[in-house]
Amino acid sequence: MKFGILINEGPYQHQASDTAYNFVKAALDKGHEIFRIFFYHDGVNNGTRFTVPPQDDRNIQVRWSELAEKHGLDLVICIAAAQRRGIMDEDEAKRQGIDGNNIAPGFRISGLGQLIEAGIQADRLVVFGD
Amino acid sequence: MSDTTKKFLYLNRKAPYGTIYALESLEVVLIGAAFEQDVALAFVDDGVYQITKGQDTAGIGVKNFSPTYSALGDYDVNKIYVEKESLEARGLTVDDLLDLKYEDEDDDWAEKDSIRVVTAQELADIMDEQDVILSF
Repeated sequence: MKFGILINEGPYQHQASDTAYNFVKAALDKGHEIFRIFFYHDGVNNGTRFTVPPQDDRNIQVRWSELAEKHGLDLVICIAAAQRRGIMDEDEAKRQGIDGNNIAPGFRISGLGQLIEAGIQADRLVVFGD
Repeated sequence: MSDTTKKFLYLNRKAPYGTIYALESLEVVLIGAAFEQDVALAFVDDGVYQITKGQDTAGIGVKNFSPTYSALGDYDVNKIYVEKESLEARGLTVDDLLDLKYEDEDDDWAEKDSIRVVTAQELADIMDEQDVILSF
């Protein structure tokens, strides 16, 4: 089956990102396809490489980046939600005149149309949120 | 945009200003309208407050985005379900809600109400018919 994933909550504050990660890993292990993972609302905060959690805890961002690299996952951060919350890639920082970027490896910033497309293309869109 | 038409339901569960879910849900609805899917909105729990009329946010310094709901009819978003039990639990009736209308192109562009008050059971059946449910 082809899954689309929507993550609406930030890391550590809420279990949504952890649960989505475990779901995606289990789905991939079973041979399912992940069409796209879309980060919305505070979920965009999963995609900053500037998080430094304590060493004896999981690193949620690194875990996503590594899973994306291993399986070629499409991790998409909503641009409108990202702009509100200070998640920047190089192009967006330049466009906004911001002096740096913080997007994590394997993530890309794009529009809400990518979420709708995931709903259309995937067999199931699974929402992880509050 | 796409040769596939799916039934999308946006499920709105939270009050409009305490969190950003309502505003960002509305942003998805507006963007999603360009994809020409079969779209419906549902309001349950405190989500029913999102479409109450007479919202005034001057005192909290947050933008009042409730006028935007009135534009949904122009985006062919005209199935707006409101759960009866959620209204009743909050002492609200349909008269407390925004007067949301659309023009029915299959009925000589007659102006009709977009809001349909449904019971929890009816809403459960509606949800069962959907291809995609985005819950905010």
